[in-house]
This record gives sequence, structure tokens and C-alpha cells, in this order.
Amino acid sequence: MEKPIDIVIHARGLTKDFGQLRAVDSVDFEVRKGEAFGLLGPNGAGKSTTMRMIASVSKRTGGELSILGLDPNEYGPDIRGHLGVVPQQDNLDLEIKVRENLIVYGRYFGLPMKFLRPKADELIEFVQLTEKAKAKVDTLSGGMKRRLTIARALINEPDILLLDEPTTGLDPQARHVLWDRLFRLKESGVTLVITTHYMDEAEQLCDRLIVMDKGRIMAAGTPASLIQEFSSREVVELRFGSDKNARLAEQLRGFGERIEVLPDRILIYTDTGEEDLARIVERGLRPVTSLVRRSSLEDVFLRLTGRSLIE
Amino acid sequence: MSGQASVHAGASAYFGQRRSAKSIAFGTWYVTEHRLRTMRAYLSSIVTVSVFNPVIYLFALGVGIGSYIDANSGAQGVEGVRYLIFVGPALLVSAALTTAFEECSYPVMGGFKWTREFWAMNAAPINGRQVVNGILLATGFRIVFTVSVFWCCLAAFGASPSGYGILAIPAAILSGLAFGTVIMAVASRLEEDDGWFPIINRLIITPMFLFSGTFFPLDQLPIWLRWLGWISPPLARHAIGTRSRVRYVGTALA
Repeated sequence: MEKPIDIVIHARGLTKDFGQLRAVDSVDFEVRKGEAFGLLGPNGAGKSTTMRMIASVSKRTGGELSILGLDPNEYGPDIRGHLGVVPQQDNLDLEIKVRENLIVYGRYFGLPMKFLRPKADELIEFVQLTEKAKAKVDTLSGGMKRRLTIARALINEPDILLLDEPTTGLDPQARHVLWDRLFRLKESGVTLVITTHYMDEAEQLCDRLIVMDKGRIMAAGTPASLIQEFSSREVVELRFGSDKNARLAEQLRGFGERIEVLPDRILIYTDTGEEDLARIVERGLRPVTSLVRRSSLEDVFLRLTGRSLIE
Repeated sequence: MSGQASVHAGASAYFGQRRSAKSIAFGTWYVTEHRLRTMRAYLSSIVTVSVFNPVIYLFALGVGIGSYIDANSGAQGVEGVRYLIFVGPALLVSAALTTAFEECSYPVMGGFKWTREFWAMNAAPINGRQVVNGILLATGFRIVFTVSVFWCCLAAFGASPSGYGILAIPAAILSGLAFGTVIMAVASRLEEDDGWFPIINRLIITPMFLFSGTFFPLDQLPIWLRWLGWISPPLARHAIGTRSRVRYVGTALA
């Protein structure tokens, strides 16, 4: 029997250079067995590069990395046998059928047909593609292809499922279907590692996450603890019109803990959103639109980097 | 119905101590299996082309042009044999090269660029060498089928007078695979589909086909044009040239 490993991914000073460019700059993190771990950051933050190193297909330039207790530089194929990978761009075989995609992929792990046939059917049902089992992949919608890619990643019963931007490019309904499936996986004990630039996705799915920017980790924690640490409870969003925002921001001084002026809106970080908004209106300021909402990871990111996640 | 996926239902029973053990041992074969399955999607066109191609070529060149040439070349024939026997094995080898080109050009480029399925293979415990060998092996199977059908057509047209003529089959398979390897190397380096394959087809394969002694002995060319035959990539010229030896062995023993 193998010794149970509680830390399934361990990175210390993990670094990756592409020529002169340092894509990942000495990051430290640990992923525990059974948790959903997120890498949140804008495009180019180094998330996918980190993911490829975890997937044991890209060698690190420096630092330590161990996956399931093994060094990917030495045990790449062994580690890959324990992983399920959902890449940013689907890479299914478009010429063969949905079910065949799963079987062919299972063969790559050396699994026999008598295991793969029932397993493929079970996974097709799990990702709700039963009616499409005999369809060519070409005929599937974007959301269906994504779900098939997830099913394929589960064919070898992986210990860790890596998802790189799992819902990018999907419509809201398809995203919710996908989140639901990922939730069920998490409930059944699969360790998930997810990169995303959507803060709602990170909040929905991740138990713990790191916020990355320019190859570095800006902050780490649970979504709630990050919001508590780096933002206020509520946010008042005001829009006065693009040319007036900056000018009117002067008159809002004193409201909330902090004011952020963006090109299209002003954000006031406060614990008493509705009261502040009432006082602003009393003062004779008339925003075109106003909104009081809870703080989100987007605000955490803005605070940490001075930039929005999606630019 | 859409309940829990039983995530650990028993795959581990089929893995050994190391999850990569079988992939390392048999990865090439798994890639081949995959390619053969993909070929099944266009099996009807493979079969149709494999049968139609030799029939029209042998009929037009061997029987049509051949009877004209044979009538005018006296008892000596072309290099000592009937024209159909001269041209047949060369056409068989060129069918092998065409098949290799089909399997090793666009599908290989597409695996990197369009479907990106090579990345999927590599995310499993399959390495690049296994992908290359697996595709070649699958290409080999398709060539075996194509040239076997071709050879049957040759035999039916009476273009293989000796049983040793069947040696054209292994010669064609090896030639096709050697050529496929080169095409695969080119395909894997192409970043954009900017017309390289049609260029290779028209500027390399077609001249090779025409001027490597396929349709007429090379010494029929004026001396100042023979360089076309000599500069044909040695590998492929050799491949098409192989038919000479096979044909001579065949006729010598006939």
C-alpha cells in the first residue's frame, strides 16, 4: 500500500525562463489532497506556464517541484499517468466519435478495452453527452467539447485534475453546467487545480487560491480571506460619464476606506455601502448609474496590482 | 441519471507499480491504434483510391501507351521487357510514396496546429518518439494495403511475370516509409499552412515521378536534361529506382 500523501503538489522557488523572459518567478505553493486550488491572474501572469510544469510537460528552470512526491524532471511519464489534463484549447480528435475519443485516450495509459468500454460510457453520462456518444466531435458545441475534454481527462482515474481556463469562451449557461460537473468531481474527492482569469469562477470553485501577476504570487488564501484582507465588505460603484469621473472623484474624498478611479467608473470601498450612497446623493452629486455590491476577488486583484483582471 | 462519476472504480488494478510502465513499453502501438481508428473514418476513400488508381494507370500506361510502344520497339522491348512490365513496379512504388505523403503531411501538421492532438498524447505518458513511430507504423499498414491491391492489379494485367515480382511489395513499403519520415519532418516544422505541401507535391514529387526513370529509361533524356534525374532527392530516386532491380530479378528468373 502506498503511503497516503496529503500534500499532492509542492513548489518552492519554482521558476521558468523563456530566454530573457522570466515567465514564473520563484513561486511557492502547496496543494492538498482533495482540495480545489486556483491560480488567478490576468493573461500573461504565468498561470499556464506553472500549469505546464505541474503537468510535467515543461521543465522548470529553477526551484523545487514535486507532484505526488515525485520530481517531474525524473518521473514525468509516471506523474502524467496520475494526472488528468484539460488544456486551454481543446485538443480532441475531431475525425472520430465522441466515445472513441475516450477509448483511444485511455489506451495511451495502457488501459485494456474491458475496462475502457464501461468507463467511457460512465464518463459520457457524467458529462451529459449520452445522446452524442456516437456523434463526431466536429458536430459538438463549444460547451460539449469542453465537457468531453473533461471526460477524457478522467479516463485514467487521475489523482489530480488540471484545468487551464476551463470556461473561457463559453456562454453563461454552458459555464454553469461545467461548474456543476466540476463541483461533483470535487465532492467525489478529486484534487482540482484550476487557472482562471474569471474571479467569479475562482470564487465558485476554489477552496484556496493564489493571485498571480507578472510571474509572481501577489497573495494567497481562501477567496473569503483574500477579500477580507485586501478589500472592504462592500463596494459602491458610481458612473458619472467618462469625462467627469476623474473630476468628481475629488468631491468624494472622505467616503469609504479607499477610492479607486477607473476610466469608466469610480469604486468606493466601504463597509456601509447603502448609507454612503445616500450621503453622496444628499451632497447633490448625481451619478448616471450607481450600484452597491459585495467585494469580490476582482477588487482584491485591483488593489494588489492597480489593474483589472480582464483588460 | 447524471450522478457521481465513480472516480476510482478500479483503473489502478490495471496499472502496475508505475503508471507509465505500459505506455513506455507499448506507446508506439497505442498511437498506431489511434491512427488506424482515424483512418476508419475515411476507409471508403482509401479503398476506392487504392483500387481505382492502379486500374486507370495500368490501363492507360500499360495497355494504352504500352501496346503502342511495344509495337514500335521490336523484340527488345523497353530495357528488355514489355512496357507494362517496365512501368508497373515503378507505379506501384509511386503509389506507396503518395500514400506516405497523404498520411505524413497534413495529418501531422494538423496534429500540432489544428486539432493539437499530439499535445494530448504528450499529456498522457506518451513521448514524441512514440508519436512519430506510431504514425509511421500506421502509415505502413496503409501502404501494405495499397501496394498489395496494386500488386494484385499488376498480376491481373499480366505485369508480374515472375513470382519474385512480389518483392516489389516490401521494396515499396520501405521506400514509402523512408519518404514518409522526411515528409513528417517537414510537416512538424511548418508553423503555417502557407502552401508548402502543394509546392512539395508539384516541384519535388511530380518531377521525381516523371524524371526518375519511371516512364522511360533515364538515358532517353538528352544529356543536358539528365541532371533532373540525378538531382531528384536521392532517397526517393532510389525508391523509384528500386523497381529496376525487382523487375530484373523478376524477368531474369522468368
